[in-house]
Amino acid sequence: MSDEPRGGFTRRDLVRGSLVGAIAAGVGGKAAAAGLESIGPGAAPLELTVNGTVHRLSVEPRVTLADALRDRIGLTGTKVVCGRGACGACTVVLDGRTVCSCLMLAQEASGKSITTIEGVAVQGRLTPLQEAFIAADALQCGFCTSGMILSCQALLDRNPKPDRQAIREAVAGNLCRCGTYNHVFDAVERAAGLKTAGNDTPHPASRIPDPASRFEDDPRVATAIREALDQEGMA
Amino acid sequence: MKEKIRVGFEGDFQVKEIDVAAGDPAPWDPSHQFTIVGTRVPRLDGKAKSTGEAKYSIDVRLPGMLYARILRCPLAAAAVESLDLTAARQSPGVRAVLAIAQPGEKLRFAGQEVAAVAAATPEQADDALAAIRVAYEPRPFVVGLDAARESGAPLVFEGKAETTTSGGEVETRAGNLARNGNVLGPRSSSRGDVEAGFKKADAVVEATYATQVQTHSALETHGLVARWDGEELTVWASTQGIFDMRDQLAEALQMPVSKVRVITEYMGGGFGAKFGPRVEGLAAARLAKEAGAPVKLFLDRKEEQLATGNRPSAVQTIRIGATKDGKLTALQLTVYGNGGTNGGTGTSGPVKNVYACENLKVDEYDVFTNAGPSTAMRAPGHPQGAFALEAAMDELAHAIGMDPLEFRLKNDPSAVRREQFRQGAEKIGWKTRDARRQTSDPEIVRGVGVGAAVWYNTGDPGPRATVTIHKDGSAEVEHGAQDLGTGSRTMIAIVAAEELGLPLEKVSVSIGDSRLPYAPDSGGSTMTPSSAPTIRRAAYQARLSLGRAIAREWKVPENSVKIEKGRVFVPGDPKHDLAWADACKLLPSPGVAATAERADNHDDAWKRFTTGAQFAEVEVDRATGKVRVDRIVAVHDCGVPINRLATESQIQGGVIQGVSYALFEDRILDVATGRMVNPNVESYKIAGALDVPEIDVMLVSVWDGVNNTNSVGIGEPSTVPTAAAIANAVSHALGVQIREIPITPAVVLAAVAAGERRVAGAGHAQRGPGLREEDVEPADARGGRS
Repeated sequence: MSDEPRGGFTRRDLVRGSLVGAIAAGVGGKAAAAGLESIGPGAAPLELTVNGTVHRLSVEPRVTLADALRDRIGLTGTKVVCGRGACGACTVVLDGRTVCSCLMLAQEASGKSITTIEGVAVQGRLTPLQEAFIAADALQCGFCTSGMILSCQALLDRNPKPDRQAIREAVAGNLCRCGTYNHVFDAVERAAGLKTAGNDTPHPASRIPDPASRFEDDPRVATAIREALDQEGMA
Repeated sequence: MKEKIRVGFEGDFQVKEIDVAAGDPAPWDPSHQFTIVGTRVPRLDGKAKSTGEAKYSIDVRLPGMLYARILRCPLAAAAVESLDLTAARQSPGVRAVLAIAQPGEKLRFAGQEVAAVAAATPEQADDALAAIRVAYEPRPFVVGLDAARESGAPLVFEGKAETTTSGGEVETRAGNLARNGNVLGPRSSSRGDVEAGFKKADAVVEATYATQVQTHSALETHGLVARWDGEELTVWASTQGIFDMRDQLAEALQMPVSKVRVITEYMGGGFGAKFGPRVEGLAAARLAKEAGAPVKLFLDRKEEQLATGNRPSAVQTIRIGATKDGKLTALQLTVYGNGGTNGGTGTSGPVKNVYACENLKVDEYDVFTNAGPSTAMRAPGHPQGAFALEAAMDELAHAIGMDPLEFRLKNDPSAVRREQFRQGAEKIGWKTRDARRQTSDPEIVRGVGVGAAVWYNTGDPGPRATVTIHKDGSAEVEHGAQDLGTGSRTMIAIVAAEELGLPLEKVSVSIGDSRLPYAPDSGGSTMTPSSAPTIRRAAYQARLSLGRAIAREWKVPENSVKIEKGRVFVPGDPKHDLAWADACKLLPSPGVAATAERADNHDDAWKRFTTGAQFAEVEVDRATGKVRVDRIVAVHDCGVPINRLATESQIQGGVIQGVSYALFEDRILDVATGRMVNPNVESYKIAGALDVPEIDVMLVSVWDGVNNTNSVGIGEPSTVPTAAAIANAVSHALGVQIREIPITPAVVLAAVAAGERRVAGAGHAQRGPGLREEDVEPADARGGRS
């Protein structure tokens, strides 16, 4: 919205304030040595290590990590839905912890190890969790899926055999509008080996053994069905 | 060609003779041995979506692309006195600036578009917005539904009611309707004689039911990326109708349809709100033209909440009567709906079409308020209409002393839904519902409730598809459909694979591009029943072409070659019998292809409504007012499901949106300022992982023969009865009828208090389902609520 600063505060103020030290420390040894040197408001250099690759960027201090990943680096698997840490779509893993990348300035992430959804599958090989998401249809539009998978993987990393309630709590911060939740829970249980795929049911027609038999009490209908089937060679 | 087909559902089939169009296969028979249709198929784009590879329109990045943002009116009603874009034009990085509102123009809600800018970075675009100088003349406004109906209320529209921005568009029918202040209508309809019907009734109940404004809140926001190549325009849009988008862009920009291309490869939901370029789409195209560079304009969450549409709130008064043996005699609905700056707020679909009642009267009024315009949302009018109707049905059943389910079965004209009621009742344990009400904790009570769904569409003719069978035996489908997340892409592949007799991996699908054959909009649950029969027809014709081509190679009569179960053969001729792949090797290099247009519906088949029944079991804490939905049993038909897994997912999703609507979601406008106080997703509360119930999805397959795949859509009916079932379950638990949603703790506590007052007044301490006479009126006049 335009009638107030985005996010309800100006990121420039924030950078100039309490975070100056931390950010300066992240920008490089020289700045850290200087201690109080500030950056911005213009673009400042930045190194981001994402999925093992170092990206050298120049962004304004107010640019969020989510926007840097999406707009500058092009890793668009990270989604921005609410822009204020309420929906989990922008979840990434930072030094082993899940964070909302929309709530973090890109400069804050300098020097840290970032994993996005694009870094989860190794050389195109899906993880068991990703496979389980597909098999359980734990995704519909897919817009929440990146965050869901990263939150669920973080759960499995700390608790390999979670119960249903633990799974619910692990994704309580991941909003899905299509309503995939129950299938997400199923997927995590599958990936954890707690639930086997057993979803394959016979196709609907197989429950109808003899098309005409159920109409025996109305011989006209039963005969008409048999005649129709005979004509089609289906009887 | 006349064909006899069987229509119906398990336990109730009949034979019909229908006219099958030339070149169309007859509808699948109930005994058809499907290979893939009806099984659970993981969606084809699952890998792309689970690895982050899927590129949604909001993810598109083009060389030299600019970022655009929109300035919006902060006031609920204002006139633009002046608009100065000079400083914005000079702001760093800015390449184009556009005035959307003009000086003198009236703006009618907080969030309406005023101007737009495009700059090299999103941050520069933000800075440029801040540099725009607008002087507004504040005007009187009104935001509450009841306040807007009062005489002397500020007028949202002083002259003709029409909105030129935000996609709001008052129904053209509005021109013929009476207008009284902010109230438009009524749109009236009736059958029989409703007053005579009430005279015949042994019991009549009348009550008023209130529902809130719900926003679509698709995760991908509205917007598009626009790129001009000379006089040609390509847009990557988040849209439910790429062909509709193409046509509307061409019309608004006064250019040939053939010069506009719309692409929607992946899409992050829509739920009814994403049709046409709207203000932001046209702004992006115009900014891109001015800048001579591609422009991305996607809204943020706040803009999405304010200006992209919503399900209107409604205050519905229902009067309903029945004889003591449970036969409905009269039904009357009067509804006022808050459309913001739009109309079309009616809720009468369920009242008119669910239960059989000879005497009916409906009056629907739209009420204009200074709020973002309503628009179609997943089953427009139905969740709110079903909530009111089903509550009234429970109240009337209580008044005549009949079990609410038995009462419904007596009045339901749909054999399919009666079966759904029976199956669902068995699953939820309806018979023991009274015994389950009390728990060991006197403050914790449980309840079970029920609601019904009706929906209409069996698809439309018009779509086209091309199916190509290649020399290597693989096949390709081209169909310009968008997949909102419903699984359309996978559905298309399944139908083609089934008809061709190929495994799914041999079929590839191209969708999401207006350069592909015409496909329907994703709206009204018409995508599958419009597309699936188109795909089947094209695949059927491609298969016939393959047979003819092979016959030419074999030098046998053209129609002697049969293709079945992966083999291509001449019956009774072992010399001419090849596996599919080997036969395809005989094809000339272009393979064979067929482009087909969907046949008309078989109106001579079994025309009927799509139906559903849902049961809810809830636990209510009388001390805190908290409601927890433990379980929903959802019994639906979507004709014959093509992908059972995706169908179940759709129903899960519809139910969860219904839970969210019943308990949480509510757009709240501040009466003092006219602004939305919760334009986000944390105080506009949407059901999350901790709120979702266990959901049992049950499908009743129905062969209606209306199209060749017996398809209907499931997106909308799946969300229609959920809130109704939950409200009735809470009412069952409390012994007091709930007459408003969302059922917040405040609503529950008021109901508990009303029940206790009733008990005290009656001088006995019984708690139970006998307490409905003095029920809870909607906490109205809903003062500040919108």
